Amino acid sequence: MDLHQMLFGVYPYLCLATFVLGSWIRFDHEQYTWKSDSSQLLSKNGMRLASNFFHIGVIAIFFGHFVGLLTPHSVFLALGVSDMAHQGIAILAGGIFGTLALIGGVILWMRRMFNKRVRAASRWMDINILGWIMLTLVVGMSTLPVSIGHAEHGDATVMLRLAEWVQSVVTLQPNPELLRNVDSVYKIHMFLGMSVFLFFPFTRLVHIWSAPFGYLFRAYQIVRAKRPA
Amino acid sequence: MKVRAQFAFVFNLDKCIGCHTCSVTCKNVWTNRKGVEYVWFNNVESKPGIGYPKDWEDQKKWRGGWELKDGKLQLKSGSKLARLANIFANPDMPEIDDYYEPFTFDYAHLQNAPLSEAAPTARPVSQITGDKMEKITWGPNWEDDLAGEFEKRSKDSNMHNLEKEIYKQFENTFHMYLPRICNHCINPACVASCPSGSMYKREEDGIVLVDQDKCRGWRMCVSSCPYKKVYYNWESGKAEKCIGCYPRVESGMPTVCSESCVGRIRYNGIMLYDADKIEQLASVPNEQDLYQAQLDIFLDPNDPEVIAAARRDGIQEDWIIAAQKSPIYKMAVDWKIAFPMHPEFRTLPMVWYVPPLSPVQSHIDQGGLSSDPGSVIPPVENLRLPVKYLANLLTAGKEAPIVSALKRMIAMRAYQRSIHVEGKADTRALDEIGMSEEMALEMYRYLAIANYEDRFVIPSGHEEVRLEDFYAFQGQNGFTFGNDSSPGISANSLFPERRRETVESRDPAPSADER
Repeated sequence: MDLHQMLFGVYPYLCLATFVLGSWIRFDHEQYTWKSDSSQLLSKNGMRLASNFFHIGVIAIFFGHFVGLLTPHSVFLALGVSDMAHQGIAILAGGIFGTLALIGGVILWMRRMFNKRVRAASRWMDINILGWIMLTLVVGMSTLPVSIGHAEHGDATVMLRLAEWVQSVVTLQPNPELLRNVDSVYKIHMFLGMSVFLFFPFTRLVHIWSAPFGYLFRAYQIVRAKRPA
Repeated sequence: MKVRAQFAFVFNLDKCIGCHTCSVTCKNVWTNRKGVEYVWFNNVESKPGIGYPKDWEDQKKWRGGWELKDGKLQLKSGSKLARLANIFANPDMPEIDDYYEPFTFDYAHLQNAPLSEAAPTARPVSQITGDKMEKITWGPNWEDDLAGEFEKRSKDSNMHNLEKEIYKQFENTFHMYLPRICNHCINPACVASCPSGSMYKREEDGIVLVDQDKCRGWRMCVSSCPYKKVYYNWESGKAEKCIGCYPRVESGMPTVCSESCVGRIRYNGIMLYDADKIEQLASVPNEQDLYQAQLDIFLDPNDPEVIAAARRDGIQEDWIIAAQKSPIYKMAVDWKIAFPMHPEFRTLPMVWYVPPLSPVQSHIDQGGLSSDPGSVIPPVENLRLPVKYLANLLTAGKEAPIVSALKRMIAMRAYQRSIHVEGKADTRALDEIGMSEEMALEMYRYLAIANYEDRFVIPSGHEEVRLEDFYAFQGQNGFTFGNDSSPGISANSLFPERRRETVESRDPAPSADER
């Protein structure tokens, strides 16, 4: 087994297993540490734009990847979405939301690195994970010219191969060979992106699990009784 | 009727001397930790002033508390959806500088400094960054005893619709202290705003708490509390607030701020209220009716119907007795001399305040106030502390209840003065406002003498009602499953659950008279 097979045949499972088990163990055992870890109290300046841009961008990109890569090819065709249309949407949406996330992320990163209060309150992992996400984002954005180049030649094979590989991983039939001849910028991006899942349980990212949609459906007031109901 | 008990407070501002003992004891007990250096669960403000955090009363700025939207209660910060939409960056969130940058001093330098001409100084050090600070420009009590310029202090929200310029003149200056803690509201805005549902009101005593394990740091409570009494711990990333000293209260002790109050201004007691009426009474259309609405939510603990309902709803016998002896009930309901702070926030706060009279009284003693012919009580518009100001603070601007309370207090004092100074009871002042001698004597006992057992009527908590297995509690309480800080609270844990049960019978032995 060579490095390529390790990275795209084994590493995804290492990342996914750590992501799921690590989160679960932390939730069960260290729930006090389970939080968004906001630093808004220490510095509010620019947060409204930066944090919203970053979060909206990242969420859109996540679901873009999720839908774009996990939907079987046949479903897209059945829905009348041609490969070229698919690629066009991916480039456009990725470009727009990537830019949003990039603008927000750069401001957040500058703030975290150079705002004295925020920096002082940052843990090692807060700085690392933001840097890692930004790196993933920048490399992800730099795949755009390559993808546009493919699109101009009417060639969607790389995109289809990427999707096929992702589907091979989630169906437990990993096929790293699909990626053997793909441009290395995609591979670097994929390595960085998979690693985000690996680091996930050990960072503040765990707050994503706790997105509080339940709030919309609950009564305003909460009363806890000591005596058994 | 759904009867609930509430652990409640009255602070007698008439006797507060602004010594900050309450703040310091509370600080040393509860917020002497990293991340909450800037947090004062209890603080004492000098009024008029903008307070801590700056301008906390201005809800146009912070959008805290409730408002009526088409006749229905809604948080001022908008719908639930609006709050979720703002979750990435809460637009109403105060910044650390709205409180103050926490500081300490470089005391070590006083001992380490080399020999020098000038005495070494201990420079201020930021407790966040650890850097030396050039100058401390704001603190938790920056306006103490009317420090600072009138222009700044008079931004106080309670000064609206007052002729500010008059009170700018030295001769007309007025001043009072306002000690503040969490109000443990009956309709708490912080609980209602918490997206993760980590905040809750305890059913048995109404104390409002944050579940530290469930808090995710969404920060909505911080901005939604109109009293700004929920704080963000920047180290732990969790919300923290006054816990009503529940470990003390559960064992029948007063809160540490109340116990340590040298002026004996604080009263702790139980109030019974009707939980079915919360929504209806918190949404009366006219803000000025909210004080009365809150009086209406309280239940008379001597009413046999209420007692029966309280028993039905699981309120313990000693709690009902405590409610009957409650100093809070006497001052708020019987005598109507205590008021909720800013009832217009619609949270139904449960720390009530007796308005201050002292400056007025010394003014009367100096002959500075004229009374109408045939009257012994001076007209209230002559009082030094403008009634309008007190009304803005305590009754959403309605002056009549404040005037009535002040008159009762003046009459009580005039009556007692006649007894102690002239040696002969003079009931003219009492008669003028139709107050009985009996009430005046009791008010005197509670307000002036303020005996410990009158101030604090606190039944101990009934831990036994939740214990299913007494033997296990006795044998295992305090032992965790290898993780002291977090025993784990999820229902479906990956890890083996700790077995807490014992094999002894769960049925308690029958009582002697049943045998």
